[in-house]
Amino acid sequence: MVITLSKDRMSISREQDLVPFRNRVKEAAVKIGMGIVNQTKLITAASELVRNMFRYAGGGEVLIEVVSKGRESGVRLTFTDKGPGIADLSLAMQDGYSTGKSLGLGLPGAKRLVNEFDLKSTVGQGTTVTILKWKNG
Amino acid sequence: MDKIPILRMGPFLLVTIQVDLYDRLALNLESDLVQKVHQTGARGVLIDISAVSIVDSFMGRILGNIASMTRVLDAETVVVGMQPAVAITLIELGLSLKGVHTALDVERGMALLQEKLDWDTDVADDDGDNIE
Amino acid sequence: MANSLTQLIQSNKARLLDLWIQKQLTSDSLRDDLMSNDELRAQSEELVNALARSLTEENIDQVDSIQFDEVFEILSGISVYRAQQGFSPRETGLYIFSLKDAILDLIRQEITDPARLFEESVRINRLLDSLGVVTFETFIKGREEVILRQTEEISDISTPVIQIWEGILALPIIGTLDSSRTQVVMENLLQRIVDTGSNIAILDISGVPAVDSLVAQHLIKTVSATRLMGAECIISGIRPEIAQTVVHLGIDLSNIITKASLASALKHAFAMSRMAVKRIDVDKKAL
Repeated sequence: MVITLSKDRMSISREQDLVPFRNRVKEAAVKIGMGIVNQTKLITAASELVRNMFRYAGGGEVLIEVVSKGRESGVRLTFTDKGPGIADLSLAMQDGYSTGKSLGLGLPGAKRLVNEFDLKSTVGQGTTVTILKWKNG
Repeated sequence: MDKIPILRMGPFLLVTIQVDLYDRLALNLESDLVQKVHQTGARGVLIDISAVSIVDSFMGRILGNIASMTRVLDAETVVVGMQPAVAITLIELGLSLKGVHTALDVERGMALLQEKLDWDTDVADDDGDNIE
Repeated sequence: MANSLTQLIQSNKARLLDLWIQKQLTSDSLRDDLMSNDELRAQSEELVNALARSLTEENIDQVDSIQFDEVFEILSGISVYRAQQGFSPRETGLYIFSLKDAILDLIRQEITDPARLFEESVRINRLLDSLGVVTFETFIKGREEVILRQTEEISDISTPVIQIWEGILALPIIGTLDSSRTQVVMENLLQRIVDTGSNIAILDISGVPAVDSLVAQHLIKTVSATRLMGAECIISGIRPEIAQTVVHLGIDLSNIITKASLASALKHAFAMSRMAVKRIDVDKKAL
């Protein structure tokens, strides 16, 4: 059972929101005492996803939650946008695949950096990505 | 608009990134550096990222681009001072920054660039000898 | 009923304790090497007292009643403690079941009517069996904690990073490399590289039993991370079998400097740092 301990919402509409957003994620990670390597992995994954949201949907909203399960605590981030959506999820999760001009490491890379990764998308309606990083994960 | 200062040190350019980069700032740095290498005829670029806590795939790509672009202009790029957590994260992300030289700190980065420059000069001298 | 079962236990607490201690002291499962008899007595007394306090005629048939929380808590404490002290599950189980024997002995002495004796025995049995279950559950939990702590200790001990020369680090890896271990190895190694300003690291895998594609992938990751920091990484201690499996599995290690022994890796590291170790010719010096 995953219990939510705190919630924080932030909307991303400009490129400059990226830096304050990273700081908010960092605050949540520091609050639960996450080590520096896991912190860096979480923030980097968050950075990839926010960039995707910005690039393909022009922005969106992120929910930052501190969660706990038994003895473990962690940070869960939910990225929601109302962009064009992803037609082929398995293709989007492949290393090196990109419809834009990026390296195509965003989604698969972010998945490798966190403990739980969930991607839902409906073409024409938007995309929701949820990631979770445990303190000692 | 924020700008990242580029310092000239002899035949090399030194950039110390002290702030968290957002995309526009990184892109500006890329174009500024390439311009500066061209203007000054610098033979090496040293980028100190010891104060940078996050390098994502975008930043990684910018670093790779800078290295490739300056190489075309005959200047090697060395990235120095990467934090351990950043290095581990980049590897996990799947980015090994191929083509970018790395060094532990600014001093060693400078030594590496100097070494490459000396070697280049030696080769050039040898060529000259051969012609004579 | 003149004397209910609860009253019986409560008023004969001291006798019950004596009976129980007697049973424990004569039992094969007594481990006076792990716990002193005084300590055993104190622990048993605490449990008997708690049991006598919590027990009522109403809750004796409802072991999940919250009035037993105190008993469960003490019992959990005892079994976790025993698990950590190295008692076997059998010894811990017999500990609580000998309390049942003691109570049964007590009521046998006090109750003469056979029908009532039987009925009360069944109730006691049921209660003590559920206490036994709690004991097992928490005993296992206690053991799990021991295992968890040991795992952490092992992963700390087994990844020492040694500075063997100025600018040269060695990291002997003993045991299998899995992803969480690789994580620890990488973190330790990279942090030491920063702390010591070393630019060469030697990863010695002579203590790694087997290298499959996953382990190789972990090694490659560690080497790449080291290079990102601006240091070079040499892998040494590659046994012939490992060389064979690596090639058979089609793992490409061509981008990595590999050496058969730690000595040859060190030699290579010296060469990279433009250093040489020379034998001093004593005879020549004497001349």
